[in-house]
Amino acid sequence: MDAVESPERRAAFEARIAAGEVIEPKDWMPEGYRRQLLRMMSQHAHSEVVGMLPEGNWITRAPTLRRKIGLLAKVQDEAGHGLYLYCAAESLGVSRDEMLDALHDGAARYASIFNYPTLSWADIGAIGWLVDGAAVVNQTLLAKCSFGPYARAMLRICREENFHRRQGYEIVATLARGTAAQRAMVQDAVNRWWWPTLMMFGPPDAESANSEALMRWRVKRQSNDAQRQWFINLTVPQANAIGIELPDPELEFDAESGNWKSGAVDWDEFRRVLRGDGPCNHERMAARRRAHEEGRWVRQAAQAFEARRRTRAPREISTTPRREPAHV
Amino acid sequence: MSAGLLETVASQPAPAPAPEASGALETQRARFEWLLGLADDRLILGHRLSEWCGHAPILEEELALANIALDLIGQAQMLFELAAETEGAGRSADALAFLRDSRDFRNMLLVEQPNGDFAFTIVRQFLFDAWDLPQLEALCASRYKDLAGFAAKACKEARYHLRHSHGWLLRLGGGTQESNRRTQAALDELWRFTPELFLTPVLPSMSSTSDASEAHFQETVRAALSEADLTLPDAAPFPALRGRAGLHSEHLGHLLAEMQVLQRSYPGAKW
Repeated sequence: MDAVESPERRAAFEARIAAGEVIEPKDWMPEGYRRQLLRMMSQHAHSEVVGMLPEGNWITRAPTLRRKIGLLAKVQDEAGHGLYLYCAAESLGVSRDEMLDALHDGAARYASIFNYPTLSWADIGAIGWLVDGAAVVNQTLLAKCSFGPYARAMLRICREENFHRRQGYEIVATLARGTAAQRAMVQDAVNRWWWPTLMMFGPPDAESANSEALMRWRVKRQSNDAQRQWFINLTVPQANAIGIELPDPELEFDAESGNWKSGAVDWDEFRRVLRGDGPCNHERMAARRRAHEEGRWVRQAAQAFEARRRTRAPREISTTPRREPAHV
Repeated sequence: MSAGLLETVASQPAPAPAPEASGALETQRARFEWLLGLADDRLILGHRLSEWCGHAPILEEELALANIALDLIGQAQMLFELAAETEGAGRSADALAFLRDSRDFRNMLLVEQPNGDFAFTIVRQFLFDAWDLPQLEALCASRYKDLAGFAAKACKEARYHLRHSHGWLLRLGGGTQESNRRTQAALDELWRFTPELFLTPVLPSMSSTSDASEAHFQETVRAALSEADLTLPDAAPFPALRGRAGLHSEHLGHLLAEMQVLQRSYPGAKW
């Protein structure tokens, strides 16, 4: 790809975007577009991988075989999403190793929601219902974004996230009709996860640094506030249906706009968590760095083995047909 | 014993054992415990593998280890259902998994050993897989049709498991000096648990497994170790503890305390 930016090239690119065309990795793109997509996709991949930690925290304590299998499969899906997104991001010319280094150095971000602790089994339900529910809203829109590899990744991932959301809601609903202790457990979980979930959509439109360019480039298809409102409108009736209270005394239906109006989000908390001072930022990064460090000798062994195999037996590899020749 | 008699015995409620009936009841009990052993191996090993979740050395292995854990726990669930049916006492698969104490668990000691490093987990898995696949292949011919059906499905999964652990054994053994040293250390540590793999009694109603499976295991292991530049440890002595008899290492109690915490803390609750 020729990186030279000229006003003509830029105009042609903007025209393609305006015409609703899909941009592919080999197409010319402005450096700003490439940087934004790399930032979003790597951040998204990191979020999938860091997000395995709070839920992984309950796999060994899941209360039934069915729940254990469901949670393990969900966390495995997240690893798969991470892998898929790293591959999609690599199409922009940065390796997975470089992206991981950026995560471990603190240069790259991941979704701040995963800096909250999972304190009870009900948190697993709340994360599935609320956090994955919010992700579905966001990703449904990203599936229509202008960059081909990201849009395709989102299409595939969204299907699984929808399944996770239903699974989470079913856990919450089961607890909500359970014993008094279970009802208290699930209400407490929703109380703790509701506001951080609303923060997942990012700062209010007026303060959103990246929004304007992203909207113009059709990377982002709806503003943070619009997405947040969409999510609230979807979720309030679901909460009502199972007798769960959302922890917002100001929540009120506005008949004129058809929206559920919520109280004010504590953006100071959002900024604190983003800065690294959330409840589990330290633990999450420490766990990721430790896994990476402790896995180094394994990755080195695999590389050494592959290298040796290639040099030791090149003839065997080249003379052994691995696939049948394609029919002409 | 014919499958017909098995069904008859299994479908009856479990009465207090009368002296004259103890022969048939002991057999039923033996069948129940035999199935439990098979199920517990898988539940405990699957649980151990699931502990890696979020901490694996590479993202591809997050997927692989979780996948194998899922297979094993799924297999355990099916076997618990067969065991519960055989016992005929109205216990559910979940009750068998979450409401028994360590003395009532019948898994072998190999599978309850803590994960250690990645080499330790791989060697533990390879030894299990090398034992498990021929066993499952033999169980495909079981006269107990439900068990044969289970084995047919589990065989496909076990083939993949063995390919995975065997592949990593070669990589680690033939990778770097460090990986070879770690893998040899894991093998030396875990080898003492292998004699127990061949002490499970053969129940004619369940399996036709014979000495051939031990020879098969030895051959698989010998060939892999030689290819991986690893040394076969000396023959291990007869085990001092027997998981199949409920005599476990101290590790199992801690694993169960964690696994069973919700069922124990909230008796009777539905999840």
